[in-house]
Order: sequence, then structure tokens, then C-alpha cells
Amino acid sequence: MCGTCGCGEGQVHIDGKHHHSEAREIALERNIMAKNNGYADANRARFHANHTLALNLVSSPGSGKTELLVKTIAAVGTDTPCHVIEGDQQTSNDADRIRATGAPAVQINTGKGCHLDAHMVGHAVDDLAPEPGGILFIENVGNLVCPAGFDLGEAHKVVVLSVTEGEDKPLKYPDMFAAADLALINKADLLPYLDIDVDLMIANARRINPNINVIQISAKTGAGMPAWLAWIKAAQAALLPASAAE
Amino acid sequence: MHEMSLCENIREIIEEQAKLDGFSHVNRVWLEVGPLSCVEPDALRFGFDVVMRGSVAQGASVEITSSPAKAHCLACQTTVQIQQRYDPCPTCGVGPMEIIQGDAFKISKLEVV
Ligand SMILES: Nc1nc2c(ncn2[C@@H]2O[C@H](COP(=O)(O)OP(=O)(O)O)[C@@H](O)[C@H]2O)c(=O)[nH]1
Ligand SMILES: [Mg+2]
Ligand SMILES: [Zn+2]
Repeated sequence: MCGTCGCGEGQVHIDGKHHHSEAREIALERNIMAKNNGYADANRARFHANHTLALNLVSSPGSGKTELLVKTIAAVGTDTPCHVIEGDQQTSNDADRIRATGAPAVQINTGKGCHLDAHMVGHAVDDLAPEPGGILFIENVGNLVCPAGFDLGEAHKVVVLSVTEGEDKPLKYPDMFAAADLALINKADLLPYLDIDVDLMIANARRINPNINVIQISAKTGAGMPAWLAWIKAAQAALLPASAAE
Repeated sequence: MHEMSLCENIREIIEEQAKLDGFSHVNRVWLEVGPLSCVEPDALRFGFDVVMRGSVAQGASVEITSSPAKAHCLACQTTVQIQQRYDPCPTCGVGPMEIIQGDAFKISKLEVV
């Protein structure tokens, strides 16, 4: 409402003068997520041109994403350049842990934000300038909800679920399992100490996403690591050569 | 709380539209927020007022509309209303079904001057 004369909507002050112009309606029908998707497409085109395999790792906090990455980078070796974008609300701890392996890492602090978006990732890729033909691991903010809805331009989402989190998590957070192509069931070394039914956990993930690949793994002992490395190799091989671009 | 960054996207879209259509103020914004869209309407309203400050949509009111979620079963060709995304088909038990309505998150229209 106008504070000067008390008139209602559709009446505005422009340059201090009082205009009573007609309000009109504009039909937009505009998808709000399209904004993020546009940035994601641009990232995807860049990854394609650079022959980079981009993987978006999603999980709840503490499932072992950073630990897995540290071990994975060591296992991949120096033939394939690895780069990491770390997303956390606060601190650069995880990027420091990655850099200790020798791999370049950029930390994005999202503050109150609960997920990475494609625009932030685009800027992080500017900073990283990944070497062609390598792997870009994107460790998303620990959160099984929001990151599912934000395409970053990655080739695959990889959901990490640790065995201590309970069999029902795929059913409680279905969007994440629906969006992921691979589930890494981490901390398998703890299975002897737990009552969890890991087959039920996997069955629940497949109930949501019948096509999801599943690998039981332990970042601590290295069990399951060969299967994960083989999956990465296959994903790299499946990338179209940059010269075969559309 | 990703509604804050979604409000920033809404602001960008409105500001771009203001340049295209030459309006100087937005009175009302109609948003469609489907029940399967992963967007919390209350959090969206809260973020909206804060994020629109200093833009052409400062002080604009928000109308949030929502259509019921519907899915189509590819196995038995029925279309039903659903409560959540990954429910199997209530008619034939096969799943998952294809979502045909209820996951939208969009700006439907603006009232501008
Ligand atoms: N026992 C066991 N602990 C693990 C394993 N992977 C990670 N952790 C521990 O779990 C905690 C959280 O790991 P972190 O990598 O920071 O998780 P993130 O939040 O997903 O990045 C750390 O104390 C890790 O040492 C594993 O395979 N087995
Ligand atoms: Mg971490
Ligand atoms: Zn059916």
C-alpha cells in the first residue's frame, strides 16, 4: 500500500512522483530450477571438452566421503590426474586433507547453504583448471536431501551410505537414491560389530532405484576398493571422446 | 535451507523479465510449488521477503499454488493420485510409476506495473 496517499496496489512512485499506472499480469510459466540447469549444462560441456569424468559424491555427514576420496586418489595413482571440489558449510579441513595427497583441491564454503549448485561449481572449476583426461571428484555438502535436486553437470551421482546409518535410509531419503547411479556402502569393516542387515539396506536402495549399482567398501581396510576403481575406469571409458562432440 | 538460494534464482528471473518487459515494480508473484518438488512453501515465503529487498519485487506478495501429485503406471496404463514419489502402482503393484504432475517448481505469473 502506498504510504503517501494510501492507495492500493498498482500505484507506484517513480522518481519521487506519484504515478497511478495500471497493473498488468504477465504469464511466465518459468521453471525456477532451469537457472541451475543452465549452469549445469555449461559445466557438462566443459567437462566433455576437457574429457573430465566428473563425479558428484553425496551422503549424510560423516559417512566417509573425504576418507574414501583420500584413499581413492592414492589408489588411482599419478597416471590419471585427480582434482577435488570440497563442499562444506564451514572450514577448509577437507580440502586440506585432500591436498595432503598431492591432488589439487578447492574448498567451497556454502555458509548456511545446504548443497552445492552448478554456478558455484563452475567458479571452482575456473580455479582448479583441471588437467584434461582426469577425474573431478565433487564432494557435496553432507545432506541426503537437497543435493539430489541440483544437477552440477556431473556424469554420475555417487551416494555414500555407511553401514552405521541403518537399513531404512534409502526409503527415508529416496530422492538421493533415485538420482544416484552408484551406492557405496562404506565402513564395511564395522559389519561384524553391528546388527545391521546390509542385504536389506541394498534391497531398499533397489526398491527406489532398480538400476543402481552397489559396492560394499571400507575406506579403512581397502576392502571393495578394486570394484570401485573398476567402476571409475568403466565410467571414464564410457565418456565420449571430445572430438565426437555433438 | 535451500529455499534461500531458490529465492535468489527467482529474483534473477524477475529482474531479467523486468528488463525485457519494461516494468518497474512487481506487486504479486504466483509460484507453483508441487508437493513433490522438495521445496518447503513456508521456508520459501520467509526467504522471499528477505531476498527481494532492493529488487523490483521488493514488498511483493506471494501466492503459492499447488496441484496434486499424479503418476502414470506404464504396466497397467492407469493414472492415479499419489502421496509420494516412489509408491508402487496401487492398481497392479508394479513400480515405480512415471510422475506426470506435482513436481513443478515455477513462476506462473507476475502482476507488474
Ligand atoms: N571404521 C571406519 N571408519 C571410517 C571409514 N571411512 C571413514 N571413516 C571414519 O568416519 C569419520 C567421518 O569420515 P569423513 O571422511 O570425514 O566423512 P564425510 O563427512 O562423509 O566426509 C572419520 O572419523 C573417518 O575416519 C571406514 O571405512 N571405516
Ligand atoms: Mg567430508
Ligand atoms: Zn499399474
